[in-house]
Amino acid sequence: MSVDVAWAEAWIRSSAKVLSEHRAELNTLDREIGDGDHGENMDRGFQAMLPKLDSLTDAATPAELLKALAATLISTVGGAAGPLYGTAYLKAAAAVSGAAELDGPAIIALLTAGRDGIVLRGKAESGDKTMIDAWTPAVDAATEAAAAGASAALILAAAADAAEAGAVATEPWVARKGRASYLGERAIGHRDPGAQSTALILRCGADAAAQA
Amino acid sequence: MAEPVPERVGLVFVSHSALIAQGLVELARQMAPTITLVAAGGRPDGGIGTDFDAIATGIALAENGAGAVVLCDLGSAILTAETALEFLDDEVRERVRIADAPLVEGGVAAAVAAEIGGDLDAVIAAAESSAGREPEARTDTAGGAVPGDSGTVSRTVTLRNRDGLHARPAADFVKLASTFDAAVTVNGKDAHSLLGIMSLGLTRGMKVEISGPDERSRAAVDALADLIETGFGEE
Repeated sequence: MSVDVAWAEAWIRSSAKVLSEHRAELNTLDREIGDGDHGENMDRGFQAMLPKLDSLTDAATPAELLKALAATLISTVGGAAGPLYGTAYLKAAAAVSGAAELDGPAIIALLTAGRDGIVLRGKAESGDKTMIDAWTPAVDAATEAAAAGASAALILAAAADAAEAGAVATEPWVARKGRASYLGERAIGHRDPGAQSTALILRCGADAAAQA
Repeated sequence: MAEPVPERVGLVFVSHSALIAQGLVELARQMAPTITLVAAGGRPDGGIGTDFDAIATGIALAENGAGAVVLCDLGSAILTAETALEFLDDEVRERVRIADAPLVEGGVAAAVAAEIGGDLDAVIAAAESSAGREPEARTDTAGGAVPGDSGTVSRTVTLRNRDGLHARPAADFVKLASTFDAAVTVNGKDAHSLLGIMSLGLTRGMKVEISGPDERSRAAVDALADLIETGFGEE
């Protein structure tokens, strides 16, 4: 019960579609506590990846596609999410480099490396009201599911559930990183847009595996 | 045979705004006419944001062997610059540093330090000293020169140029000071510190005391006092 390059392609295509659909919602979340362009930036980055997917038809591993996505996001997103997600996909790709099929442990390695890449780049910790607050619960839930013997698809579903809960949990917090940290208590009551986009992206990964 | 011109540290200014980055190049250029200054501001489509490719290209342009220093404004500028550094070859990355300094003040201080031939460490130190520098008492009424107990050398002159020791004259002053291997102060501030001197807020008509600890600093004290008396070529 593993996933392959077709899963990675489906994950990226569905992320592009879902981020496009949620562009206004992410902009609104970001307008409350940031500069209001998170939806626009993520949409621009993933849309720029679509023509590259069309020309990467001979890719044999998920890592090849994730690495190309990393480079595209870093070059085109234009906000903090570019280097953050770009580093996440870059480190995730490196963690599963060369593997055509990703089993449970490989999915854990991918998610963990992605999360660690964001921590490395953004230096945020759990509770800072950032995308880490979706990523870390996702990694923890995925690790638990894997320990219980779940398939790659179920591990990804557990990660997505936890990321969604993690994003919701950021609402009552004061932000300690990023532009929202300038707002102090005014950030209270607003969900972190980066945590929300993480939840959307991880849900796409789970759905792509379920349909594989 | 002409001496080869030593390579200087180059600078990259990373801002969310193309206008801020370009404006800072213009501002720093006044004090640093010969070094490589690169503006990497805004997104490729002209919007507000940061452009990874412009930053990576800018670093390659600015790094000509002596090193490059990158100055950034807000969050994603720093993150994108750090990511760009990660993509460099190890051998080049050793010569590229991101300054933990405010973009404008740090950028100007770094430009002057690079212009006068400072190495990578010196340029970084100049940029980073522009943030959180300790306030010192203003001593802009220096009065007559005091010979001092231990043989200090001192000359007091009056600022003649219209705008006093503002950015460009202060940079000329620091550049001249850096040609002497001597400890010299301006109203108690290090004569090599552009921002220290600018923080004195010296304007036309004020007296300025140039001092050194001993006879060996006399040439520097005289040269700097003479420069002030010429009025820096301004009205």
